[in-house]
Amino acid sequence: MNTPPARFDAREASKWFFRHGHTGWLGLRFTDQGENWVELELPWREDLLGDRSRPVLASGPIISLMDMASGMAIWQTAGTFNPVATLDLRVDYQRPARERASVKGRVECYRITRSAAFVRGVAYDDDLDDPIAHIAGCFMTIGTDPRHKDPALKGAGGDE
Amino acid sequence: MSEPLDLPAYARSLGIVLTGERDGDMPVLTVDFGPMVEGRPQHFHGGATAGLLENAGYAALRTALIAAGRDPLLKPINITVQYLAAGKSQASFAVGRITRLGRRNANITVEAWQNDRSRPIATAVMNILMV
Repeated sequence: MNTPPARFDAREASKWFFRHGHTGWLGLRFTDQGENWVELELPWREDLLGDRSRPVLASGPIISLMDMASGMAIWQTAGTFNPVATLDLRVDYQRPARERASVKGRVECYRITRSAAFVRGVAYDDDLDDPIAHIAGCFMTIGTDPRHKDPALKGAGGDE
Repeated sequence: MSEPLDLPAYARSLGIVLTGERDGDMPVLTVDFGPMVEGRPQHFHGGATAGLLENAGYAALRTALIAAGRDPLLKPINITVQYLAAGKSQASFAVGRITRLGRRNANITVEAWQNDRSRPIATAVMNILMV
């Protein structure tokens, strides 16, 4: 008898995702989720500063936070964990993060097509309505080539 | 005076260093592969690649500003990262170029690669405000 695979759950997945590697090193934490969004938190840390003169987080770790929240928002929306590759990620900084503040990243996946997924979100410290940065990104599904499922599509779309 | 091309704490703790080499007069930065930069198994995390690109962009801008005798405070306006190929389990390199150095704004393009300089794995465009 076949049991259906469990629906992707960002809270559960975080227990595994943030144990190792880059996101584990950053100390990312799960904070909240909705049907098509995920929110993660990047704790403040002295050795992640980006400026010699002010105790504010560098923007590099904020990109890591938003990239990870983007991927998880896509899996949360799709309901399944299919590996995705970031094609393009844009960050518009609105203001510096507050001193010694951790940063939250909330990203929603607003559209998934056969090959691509589109996300947008904000990074903020205290107030969701006063963000540090807005982000927009485009991801591509990897591992499954939709042309293999539909021979009529063969040759369509760019690939390496 | 501190070394003008000191990398920030974030870059140092991630293991990003200056190679000492230049490409088009701009400093080349590198980071080794390891657990701290790993995303999916045996590949760079996109965020780590972005961190390398961003630091190479700032290093290029600082280099150009020093040459121009300027020392402004730098504030990021935006960055767009394009991922072109997976970052594999080997060292990555990056160098920035100044597309335009204005009075208040600098536009910088950055390229990252691994073992083949002619096959970039990611590029970035950055706008940086100078005050």
